[in-house]
Amino acid sequence: MKVPISWLEEYVPVTLPLEDLAHRLTMAGTEVVSVDTTLSFDGVVVGLAKKVVPHPNADRLRLVQVDAGDETLEVVCGAPNVATGQKIAFARIGSVLTDAHTGEERKLKRSKIRGVTSNGMVCSERELGMSDEHEGILVLPEGAPIGMSLGEYLGETLFDLELTPNRPDCLAVMGVAREVAALTGETTTPPSIEYPEYGADIATLAKVEIEDMDLCRRYTATLIQGVKIGPSPDWLADRLRAIGERPINNVVDVTNYVMFELGQPLHSFDFDSLSEGRIVVRRARAGETLLTLDGETRELTGDNLMIADAGKPIGLGGIIGGTESGITGSTTSVLLEAANFDGANNRRSASKFGIRTEATLRFEKNLRPELAEYGVRRATKLILEVAGGTVASGIIDEWPDKAGAVQVVELPATAIERLLGVSYESEVVISTFESLGMEVVCDNDTYSVTPPYWRPDISIPEDLIEELARVIGYEKIPTTGITGSVPVWEPNQDRVLREAMKDILSGFGMQETISYSLTTPEAEAHACPPAHGLQPLQVMNPLSAEHATLRTTLRHSILTVLSRNARIWRGPLWMFESGRVYLDRGEGIGLPDEPEKFVGVVAGPRSALEWMSGEPESSDFYDAKGIVESLLSEFGVTACFVPVEETTFELGRCAQIVIPSAGRAVIGVLGEVASDILSTFDIDTAPVAMFELDVEAIGRLPELQSLGQQDYVPFGRFPDSARDLALVIDDNAPSADVLALAERNRLVVSATVFDVYQGEAIPSGKKSLAVRVVYQAPDHTLTADELIKAENSILRALEHNFGAELRVR
Amino acid sequence: MIKLAESVNNLNCDGAEPSAEDRITAVRDAGLLGLSASETADALQAWRNQYIGRSGEVTLLLRGVGSLPADQRAEFGQAANRLKNELEAAYDQREAAISAFTGPIGTIDVSLPGRSPAKGRLHPITQTIREITAAFGAMGFQTFEGPEVEFEGYNFDAMNIPSDHPAREMFDTFWLDRVDEDGNNSILLRTHTSPMQARIMETHEPPIRVVVPGRCYRYEATDASHEWHFNQVEVMAVDEAITFADLKGTLYEFARRVFGPERKVRFRCDFFPFVEPGVDMSVDCFNCDGDPTCRICRGSGWLEILGAGMVHPEVLRRSGYDPNRYTGFAAGMGVERVAMLKHGIDDIRHFYTNDMRFLSQF
Repeated sequence: MKVPISWLEEYVPVTLPLEDLAHRLTMAGTEVVSVDTTLSFDGVVVGLAKKVVPHPNADRLRLVQVDAGDETLEVVCGAPNVATGQKIAFARIGSVLTDAHTGEERKLKRSKIRGVTSNGMVCSERELGMSDEHEGILVLPEGAPIGMSLGEYLGETLFDLELTPNRPDCLAVMGVAREVAALTGETTTPPSIEYPEYGADIATLAKVEIEDMDLCRRYTATLIQGVKIGPSPDWLADRLRAIGERPINNVVDVTNYVMFELGQPLHSFDFDSLSEGRIVVRRARAGETLLTLDGETRELTGDNLMIADAGKPIGLGGIIGGTESGITGSTTSVLLEAANFDGANNRRSASKFGIRTEATLRFEKNLRPELAEYGVRRATKLILEVAGGTVASGIIDEWPDKAGAVQVVELPATAIERLLGVSYESEVVISTFESLGMEVVCDNDTYSVTPPYWRPDISIPEDLIEELARVIGYEKIPTTGITGSVPVWEPNQDRVLREAMKDILSGFGMQETISYSLTTPEAEAHACPPAHGLQPLQVMNPLSAEHATLRTTLRHSILTVLSRNARIWRGPLWMFESGRVYLDRGEGIGLPDEPEKFVGVVAGPRSALEWMSGEPESSDFYDAKGIVESLLSEFGVTACFVPVEETTFELGRCAQIVIPSAGRAVIGVLGEVASDILSTFDIDTAPVAMFELDVEAIGRLPELQSLGQQDYVPFGRFPDSARDLALVIDDNAPSADVLALAERNRLVVSATVFDVYQGEAIPSGKKSLAVRVVYQAPDHTLTADELIKAENSILRALEHNFGAELRVR
Repeated sequence: MIKLAESVNNLNCDGAEPSAEDRITAVRDAGLLGLSASETADALQAWRNQYIGRSGEVTLLLRGVGSLPADQRAEFGQAANRLKNELEAAYDQREAAISAFTGPIGTIDVSLPGRSPAKGRLHPITQTIREITAAFGAMGFQTFEGPEVEFEGYNFDAMNIPSDHPAREMFDTFWLDRVDEDGNNSILLRTHTSPMQARIMETHEPPIRVVVPGRCYRYEATDASHEWHFNQVEVMAVDEAITFADLKGTLYEFARRVFGPERKVRFRCDFFPFVEPGVDMSVDCFNCDGDPTCRICRGSGWLEILGAGMVHPEVLRRSGYDPNRYTGFAAGMGVERVAMLKHGIDDIRHFYTNDMRFLSQF
């Protein structure tokens, strides 16, 4: 909403500097986004021609000493009318001006004219782009302040307001004036509605019936006959232009003007086009259509409120008029409508037809019926002034539920302190409410407040408390801390676990990423086949085709991120995302399940390029597995990895992550991404290891229930001994089983593979495992005999179970 | 090397013959001092020759036993032998210490980069959410989370935004293709974290102090400062005596913690359907000093951080709380906006593009 200051000043004195007033309005809720001028002349200021002397080298040129406020400059001027003591428009070097000869815009440069440097220009109207006049310079009134920007001096200054949806009153200059008055201690002068009524009684000429009173609370109208349609006078057209509205003709312009002045939308009908001079306000009948002013034919239903004449629709009530009944150049009789329509219905109809008019912007906020009469009388007065004619006596005023309009809000004095934390003297409270146009009665420590008709937003005590607080100023309310008891501690375990996992993974060198949660089933299918019977949830109104369904997997998200980075990032491509997937529960209505998942990819070099190790090796499956194992070990969880086949992963290079301590619960999957999937994602880095973890499943593990409370286990006090075994065993024997078997010996503390070898000296189908076994007894130092006995027993077991043979000792 | 032998010989300062015991003590003290001053293998060898070598002082002492009166010989001999053993042991220890020190082993290029541990970072959104929740956490606010796919009832009606309310303009909505019993599309992607106000009040008794981070969605075109997919943090405190002054105090403390203690904070009137009175909180621009061309605050000098207000009595009532007994405040802020302001990020789209060149900076 744009509010020209000169317009505002018609209703309220502006006593504060504009910047201060803008600040005051902003703090009180009516945000002044900017203080603008309608005209802009960049770099042109009001100057004083201090001294004019002839140019030493040219008869027709003069030298002018210009006082530009902060400095005095000499310029060369060719205009015959320049004279000492004039206020002139002075363009500094760098100003953009219209070339007086070519009409093109150009930047003013410092130049030498006949041997004298000109430090600017004294402008004509043409150079300023104001008119074609370029015979002489533009001479400004004597009072023009030297140094002020010309745009500010000549143009209209206006506030650009950003309004909140609860304040329809500020969609009117008069409403802003009331706000200014309340905030600056001034009073308003409302615009006049006085006009002479000579004509016949309107009731004998026109008739209005409201059939659907729920959708139209009040309908007022006047009839002006003998008008002459034509262009609006300058004052009216200029005002509309200043706020960005296009002038149309004098009658229509008045209806627009009054809407911006008072906030009441109006509509003017060509009275002679109305059948029987009758207006009927009713719901449309099935099959009715209306050609509206924007040239569209609208098909109407019973949900739409119509303005009709005796027979046919002539307008969509409060939204847009019909073409047939509109004002034309030949209109002589105008029926002027100011009505009150139901906000919700108006909003629904407008949105159904895709029309967003200034009228709807106001009606949808449930204006009060009182406003209609003021609007229709004000517009009638202005039409008589700008279009002539005579007005029929009286107004039509259909207001079926007039008695129900007034609403008193009861505000107990204690409620103020209860909500704000500070109390105010009743004089302060009463004068504040009265400054906003409210009627206040204070009795028994309760304020009975009648809000003015222009404030439909005030209906509960809290609304009044806000009025009090904002007029006094939020900055004046004290600042305190919450007292009272602290709520019971109720940690969200899954969230705590999830955040801990993020910390651990980033500590392991993985970068966290976050992707959109909307995708498409086709895109997801590139990463993995849809889970059985799972239909993704579909957005009805997607912004784009690639963000149409809620994701059911994070695999697609992370592969997309990997693809984006694989070419631009030289370091390790170790990345993870923690986020939700959205799984329809299937039966009927209800919200989907939103389980938290982790997905990670491990690709690219294992480390940054470093001088001591040369070109780093590629990361692989075992990097990812190490990350998963270490992550789980942070929570005291030990997993085993069971081979599995999954479409996302290479055959034979994928494992389920199984937790033996939790009944072999599966908490995720780990594998090397299949090469055809990598090429679908245009990833040319290989291998790419990927893991996926289910946060809820991890959270349910027994180890997590006692996290941070594990009991201390005494560590061995006697020295341990390490002995290495080199075993030759079947290629397909899982090394984890070999180690587990070794660890079953009661003297073994740990068994670790430190080399795997296939090749020369190893028969095909076999592999060599080098295992370091650490032995320790809790109560004595082991003797050589004991060690050899233990080792032999392990070897026998390995030979028995895996056919293992000793290679080298 | 100090000539210790002389000092020993000059001990007879008063002209009297030193006692045998004094001579042993003198040799011992001088020997141990000389040993500790010997820092190279050469010095050590010289020391050895001087004290315990074939013609060293201790050897000389032992040889001199025969010239003593008979009654002193045994005692002096034993003392001299003890001294010999002690100095030899000290010599061995010193030799071991010196031979362990092999001298400089050559210089290294200390300017070569070190072996760096792997580097991973949390996404700036995660970091910012943690910073916000921690600031409130220190004031007793617990972190909750809730569903992103939400019922219309929680997202709008419970928040005092009935259908056909003009305030719905503020929330362009993604609807899901699921219908309820009446055939209405009533499931949506939440447009704000505010529905959690109702969900928490429905399941908890006061007092309530919660902070709720989470993803939200709005049907709006993406540009440098708008994303259809973003994160919010909701804040709510409800109890018997929560006031507007408490709102100001709590949010002021939050702003100081997250934006720095030197920031100025401004509270102005604003409108949100689920609060009354409504508040907009801004901090003074940290990029400029009132520069009208500042690209961060666009010359206003202030940066809007969050919307807030006293929980609307209708919201309390719909959630089963008696508004005559309980009051509360709520606030909501955009995480991306906070992160952008803190780090000077000029385009919101960076957050979900996941370019490592962006992410690795945080």
